[in-house]
Parts: sequence; C-alpha cells; structure tokens
Amino acid sequence: MTFDIVVIFWGVTLNPFRWIGNHVIRFVGEAGKVMILFAQTLGWTFRPPLQGREILKQMEEVGVRSFPVVVITAGFTGMVLALQSFTGFKRFGAETMVGTVVALSMTRELGPVLTGLMVSGRIGSAMAAELGTMRVTEQIDALYTLATNPIKYLIVPRFLAAVIMVPILTIFADVIGILGGYLVGVQILGTNPTLYFRRTWDFLELDDLYIGFLKAFFFGMILATISCYQGFSTQGGAEGVGRATTKAVVISSLTILISNYFITAFLF
Amino acid sequence: MNKESAIKIRVVDLHKFFGKKEVLRGVNLEVREGESMVVIGGSGSGKTVLIKCIIGLMPPDQGEIHVDGLEITSLDEKRMNEVRKKFGMLFQGGALFDSMTVWENVGFGLRQQTRLDEEEIRRVASEKLALVGLKNVEDLMPAELSGGMRKRVSLARAIAMEPEILLYDEPTTGIDPIMADAINDLIVEMKEKLNVTSIAITHDMKSAYKIADRIAMLYQGKIIEVGTPEEMKNSSNPIVQQFTEGRSEGPIKML
Repeated sequence: MTFDIVVIFWGVTLNPFRWIGNHVIRFVGEAGKVMILFAQTLGWTFRPPLQGREILKQMEEVGVRSFPVVVITAGFTGMVLALQSFTGFKRFGAETMVGTVVALSMTRELGPVLTGLMVSGRIGSAMAAELGTMRVTEQIDALYTLATNPIKYLIVPRFLAAVIMVPILTIFADVIGILGGYLVGVQILGTNPTLYFRRTWDFLELDDLYIGFLKAFFFGMILATISCYQGFSTQGGAEGVGRATTKAVVISSLTILISNYFITAFLF
Repeated sequence: MNKESAIKIRVVDLHKFFGKKEVLRGVNLEVREGESMVVIGGSGSGKTVLIKCIIGLMPPDQGEIHVDGLEITSLDEKRMNEVRKKFGMLFQGGALFDSMTVWENVGFGLRQQTRLDEEEIRRVASEKLALVGLKNVEDLMPAELSGGMRKRVSLARAIAMEPEILLYDEPTTGIDPIMADAINDLIVEMKEKLNVTSIAITHDMKSAYKIADRIAMLYQGKIIEVGTPEEMKNSSNPIVQQFTEGRSEGPIKML
C-alpha cells in the first residue's frame, strides 16, 4: 500500500514531465481520431446514395426540436444584455447605444455561441447516447453485417443536420435576441423606439451576420463530429454510454468556446 | 469438385491482440460448404473475437481468412462489403435497431441494397418472419419483444438477403431452455431449408450437440480439437473432456 502511494506521489509530483507527457499523448491521440472520423464523414457525405429519410429525421431533431430552447436562451440573453449595457452607458450618457451593443453582441458572438452550446447540450448528448447504446448493443456491428456503412448511415445524417440547422437556428437566435433587447430597451428602460431601432440598424453590417453564420457553421461541424465520435467509441455497457454522453457535451462545449476565440481572432 | 471437400471458409494462423493480451494465438479452422460448425470454448477464450474477424468486424493482427478462396483480411472497405453480402449474422442480444419496427428491421438490408418498393420489402419481411415461426409481429417495436422473439427477428433479418453463410453468436444464451431448444431446431431447419454453411459459437453443450456437424474447441486462443459431436464426446483430451462434461475440476483452471 505505502509503496503504491509513493509510486503515485513520485509519478505526479517528482516526475511531472512523464505525467504531462502521458496526458498530452492521450489528448493528441483522441484529437487525431476525431479528425480521422471527420475526414471519413466528409468522404461519405459526397458519396451517393444520400440517406434522405435519415437526414430529414435528424434535421427535425436538431432544428425543430431545439427551436424552443434556443429561442428562450437568446430572448433572455438579449434582454439582460440591454439591461446591463444600459446601466453602464447611463454613466456617460450614451443610453441610446444599447441597441447597437445588443445587435453586435448577438450577431457576432452570442447568437452562434449560445446556439452552439444549447444544441451541444440537447443534441450532442442525444447523439452520443444513441450511438453509444447502438455500439454497446452491437447494432453498429449489425449495420456492417448488413453491408451498410455506419458512418454513412448514422453519422453523415447527423453531421449534415447539425451543419445545416445550427446556422439557421443562429439566425433565429439573432433576431429573437435583438427583439428581446428592444423590448427591454424601449418598454422598460424607456428609450425612444425609433432611435433604438436606428441605432440597431445603422451600425449593423452585413459582415456581422456573415461572421455569426460562419461561426455557427463551424460549431455545427464541431458538435456533431465530437458527439458522434464519443458515441461511436463507447465501451463498457450502460456506464460507458453515460460517460460518453457527458464527454460529448463537455468536450463539444469547450471546443466551441475555444475555437470561437480563434475564429474571431484570426479570420476577422 | 466433391461437395464434401469444398472448403467454404478457411482460417489460417489467426492472431489477435488487445493491447498486450494475445486473445487469438494462431487459430486454424476449416469449414466445409453446407456444414454446420460449432466453436465451443469458455468465456474469454476468444470465440467472439474469432467470429468478428471472420465477418470483418475486427481486423486480425496476423493470419489469413479465406472465404470461397478469397483472402478477405486485406480487402478494402468496398470489396469487403461485397463479401459481407454472403454473410448473415445472429447477434447475441439480437442487436435489433430499436428505432425501427420489426418488419423494417428484417427488411433493412433489402431497403439498403435493392430497389424494391416498401410494399415488396414488407412482403419479403413477413415471409422471412414466418420462416422463423413469427406471425403478426411486423408492426411491433423491438422493445416490445421477449428475448426469444428478439433472437428470431434477428435471425429473420440475417436470412433476409439470402446469405450463403450464417454466423450465430451464442444463439441460446439468455433465453429459457425451451426457447433455447426451439432456437436450436430453427438453426437445424435453416441449414436444411436454406442450404447454408454456418458457424455458431457457444458454451452450451446441449445446443452444440444438437446443431453441429462438427465441433471445434477453442482454448487459450487456439483450436485444440475438431471432430463430430460423437468424437468430441469420446475425446481423450482432458481439456475437451472437462469442458464437454462441464466439470469444475480439471486442467482448465477457473479464477
């Protein structure tokens, strides 16, 4: 026993390089496998025949069913944004700029990020749980034996649904968020409606929308690929499915937040 | 060629590692056309790994597998898919797609591989279900079925594309003895009616004696003996004796 503790102690504190090295190797290995799955998914996406039925089913799941969650999140975020920025701007008499701040924040940043995070939580977990269950009950093996490639049949429809629907949901999130801000700015804080609208509209550029849209597109790819990977590589029965589900949400969310910074910093 | 001697599946010196653990240590096995081969062995002896290598679900680390004379371990995905069309597999838990009804499960291969319309697929599915002794279950979901029925539906799905080779993964595990015997009867019936070659893996000796033309025993990653059920019963190998008689004392050590 004491010997074990000494070994662990030695491993972590006295030999931190090995400890860090092991983690780095594991991380790089996982990241590589996700990239391989991503490449395979792209390859199968453009190979006919298209699984139309499955794609529509997944689009409904990702898009239509996530709509309420995204709307509520975006609406209240737009509202609180108006409230908070109003407090700040009042201190130097720029209350009318609230509309601009809400519009820019929503379209460039919060619309895609919040949508990405909410869809990760709702859909990423469902993808990982569903594919994970199929893995541990041998349904994925069964697909192979029926001469059907599971990447094409299971992952491509989910991938396409996310890539198409996350940007569309983001547009709704932008609009609802701006409306929420307007509601608070005009109805509660008493800003002149015309002025609020002008401040929103005049400073909003088409580029802001493009940026948000492009981010949403990447986030859709990220969450679908990571969640499907977690589901696909599930091991160890029901417990493994639970673990895969958690990992899918946590890793997708973190990857979305991290990549969000780099997309913003490098591309724009 | 003499039908007796036509080899359908030949496994040559097959090795498979999981990490540092060598699960298969050079398996050699020949299955003749139209024959029912049963591979017996304890839990963890590598039976499932062997069957998954044969159908290409797992790549072996070394060795060859020939199906109808074609070496399959080096095939690319596309050509392997063609070979898989010769196979049907019954999974241990059924592995039915739980998002689909029974008939959609049975007709899955037809929908993916053929241009038959829905009505035709449903008709064929009903036909295959009748063949495994199931009626009026077409519109049920897999979750509504009992363990034995799931296995039957899975068998119906496996034979839907009229395969030449059927693989059975523990066909009698997890169901009651009467249902198990009914499944054994079905396996024998499949062989007679459909004229298929089959490989079953099991540790249920009663089942093995009933369905096998020949039995092979897998022990510590190798095939240690092959013979007819009669030969296996009278084997002089103490390991085979212990297993077929189901004794806890003997050369096979339980942990």
